[in-house]
Amino acid sequence: MTETHFVRTQMIEEQEPPGATTGAVGWMRENLFSSPLNAILSLLSLAFIYWLLAQALPWLISPTWQANSLTECREIIAEAGYGGACWGLIRERFLQFIFGFYPPHLYWRVVLDFALLAVALAPILFTGLPRKMLYFSAVYPFLMPWLLWGGTIWTPVMAAVGFVIGYLAQRFLKPVVGDLAATILAFVLPVVWWIFLAGPVPNAFASILPLAIETVESRAFGGYMLSITIGVVAIALSLPIGILLALGRQSDLLIVRSLSVGFIEFIRGVPLITLLFVASTLLNIFMPPGTDFDIILRVIIMVTLFASAYMAEVIRGGLAALPRGQYEAADALGLDFWMAQRLIIMPQALKISIPGIVSTFIGVFKDTTLVSIIGLLDPLGLSRAILADSNWNGIVWEIYGFIAVMFFIFCFSMSRYSMYLERKLRTEHR
Amino acid sequence: MSITTAPPKESFRLGMLVYDTRYRSITIQIVALIGFLILAGWLVNNTLHNLAVLGKPIDFSFLKDSAGYDINQRLIDYNSQSSHWRATVVGLINTLLVAFLGCITATIIGIIVGVLRLSNNWLVARLMTVYVETFRNVPVLLWIVFTMAILIETLPAPRDFRGDDSEASMVLFDSVALTNRGFYVPEPMFSRGLGDLPILADRSSPACAVPEGGGPVSDSCGLFQVSLDLLLILAVLGAGFYVSSLIRKRADRIQNQTGDRPTTWYLRLGVVVIPTVAVLVLLGFHLGRPELKGFNFQGGIYLRNSLIALWLALSLYTAAFIAEIVRAGILAISKGQSEAAAALGLRSNRIMSLVILPQALRVIIPPLISQYLNLTKNSSLAIAVGYMDLTGTLMGITLNQTGRELETVLMGMLVYLSISLCISAVMNLYNQRVKLVER
Repeated sequence: MTETHFVRTQMIEEQEPPGATTGAVGWMRENLFSSPLNAILSLLSLAFIYWLLAQALPWLISPTWQANSLTECREIIAEAGYGGACWGLIRERFLQFIFGFYPPHLYWRVVLDFALLAVALAPILFTGLPRKMLYFSAVYPFLMPWLLWGGTIWTPVMAAVGFVIGYLAQRFLKPVVGDLAATILAFVLPVVWWIFLAGPVPNAFASILPLAIETVESRAFGGYMLSITIGVVAIALSLPIGILLALGRQSDLLIVRSLSVGFIEFIRGVPLITLLFVASTLLNIFMPPGTDFDIILRVIIMVTLFASAYMAEVIRGGLAALPRGQYEAADALGLDFWMAQRLIIMPQALKISIPGIVSTFIGVFKDTTLVSIIGLLDPLGLSRAILADSNWNGIVWEIYGFIAVMFFIFCFSMSRYSMYLERKLRTEHR
Repeated sequence: MSITTAPPKESFRLGMLVYDTRYRSITIQIVALIGFLILAGWLVNNTLHNLAVLGKPIDFSFLKDSAGYDINQRLIDYNSQSSHWRATVVGLINTLLVAFLGCITATIIGIIVGVLRLSNNWLVARLMTVYVETFRNVPVLLWIVFTMAILIETLPAPRDFRGDDSEASMVLFDSVALTNRGFYVPEPMFSRGLGDLPILADRSSPACAVPEGGGPVSDSCGLFQVSLDLLLILAVLGAGFYVSSLIRKRADRIQNQTGDRPTTWYLRLGVVVIPTVAVLVLLGFHLGRPELKGFNFQGGIYLRNSLIALWLALSLYTAAFIAEIVRAGILAISKGQSEAAAALGLRSNRIMSLVILPQALRVIIPPLISQYLNLTKNSSLAIAVGYMDLTGTLMGITLNQTGRELETVLMGMLVYLSISLCISAVMNLYNQRVKLVER
């Protein structure tokens, strides 16, 4: 009797995976049709995407770029037999959307200003660049308003001199009058300088050496230039003020803490539009008689206060997330309050709060559109004027779509940058 | 032998106010307080001086004057003879209305989108990401005016509904008309209604006099009027839910004692539905449909498109943020939690309701409430589409008519501030309750 055994003596050949689980088919089975519900959802989404594209694409691809009025647009569309949007409007008003009513022969100043802004921001945003560029970043805040508003160069120079005086007082008076007095003088001397001398001295200098460029009125500001100006200034100022407010709110000193809490809660409790009403109607009443602030300056002040309160809360979150041991370690090293903050607490707290800080930035930039309600000509304010133009009467979607796309580009790139920064600074659990 | 342990007594010197940490904090606080008082005093002094020069000292009596303007969308009685104070109240109620509606829809959309973003369906997840990024990165004011433009430009005018072969037709069994002036929806009516209850009414005023032969008092009686029918229905509903919860507790008790849970769903459904339906029948509930008469619709509830645009835009915009919050909350619960629950033998719906949701809600609720706060504050942008909320009435037309900038803006800010503080108080209460007890 012979027994037959079937024992394999060699490994079988590796086989290809079943066709239905690889390639495009496999991917679709896994990601789109893994269950009946998923299949229904996928088909519905496909139908929606098809419907959206079928509606939007023919409208978007419209040969109306050269049209000069809505009637011309309609003629072109009727001739071509397709299309729907009237893009001639965007071509004609593009520069106005960017610069508002800024004098066209001075556009270079705005362009230069924002190009220099990029140069000044670069060393702050990307740490790989040479550190020497930070000197330019320090000069830029004085250069920016001068380029935008024009006038004599001595005003920003004298404003900067105030900071130099403060620095010199701190640096060189210390051995003479002592630590404390030098610190106090470093605050008091610049203030005295700004209040009493920064007015007459530039005039004197200007009469000796008239270095001035053409002045541009605030009325002429508009479009994205206005949004970016308000946004950038408010964002830049709100970060330091926000840090101070957050520290004040965390402080053990009762009065400092209650003042900070009161300020933060008040500003966060009211809508920005009411603060803008304050800027447009009340701020001049709060000031000494005869003061007439520029409307853009007033708006910037209120937007800055608004942003600072939100920034303070974001940074407070970062401070609270820091383990108690970090504070205790700083104390154990014998660091005083400000050194501990500068070297140990703030670098970590700010790192934790980066996502919040950037989303506050995005929020502030988006909220600059609210200035259209108090009559400034930001893109949305301009759109109202354009809607009333008889040549283009009846055009709605093109304008709003254009404004929305521009805002999307700005805000989306900011949020992507925050993600990049988060990844770069993540030092643990890689 | 004597041992000296106490340090030498130091007499107080002026320098210690700055260099001694025991005194320094007091010094800093006093300096801060003096600085603040000087600043505040300076501002108040300037303000009073400037107002005196302008000849309009702070005075709130303008609130009693007749407003002289109309408010087209309102929940309580108002006409152009009413006072500025009443216009303010109408505006406040409109603010609360759109905030309330917006919060509900934003939460529903936000939760759906947030869950779908985590879906393993590639297409749906991408589509939801596009939705969230589009709405988050474009200003809300733009969305509001954009939605308004969509409503005006794409919906038919009321006259298109006329005729037998009209261009437009009503939807939902001929009961809802979507027009470019607004939406007309059916109105709940009661043929045997109980009437309205005036709140804060002055019984002696002529508006509250009971007309001869009985009948309800006039609409202008009291600060506002609450429908008694609505109160009754709400009371019955509330009682129904209370009894239903009692039944659930009893079922829990029986389950704890015997291990078997009695079937209660029909009882719980019954105690809620049957009394409510009975009350509705008793009150003679029916729907009053909008009908086209002449060039416009009559009857039904008229929702102006400013309200609809604001509501839609705020909901969609806030929902994008809520979706992110929901997504983060679900992702924050580690997979080990659901695996542990499964190891205990819980079914998937019990895992969700007993393990995942209670933990996720702790992460979700605080930012969710701050989104509600943002929505309420953003509703002040109503002024851009002409919806008469608090900003539109008090800080809009009333300000322009009376020229009382300081009083109106301050009042408006205080109202918004108190709404915000109320919402924050609720949030703090919740945080206290769900806070993890740490060492």
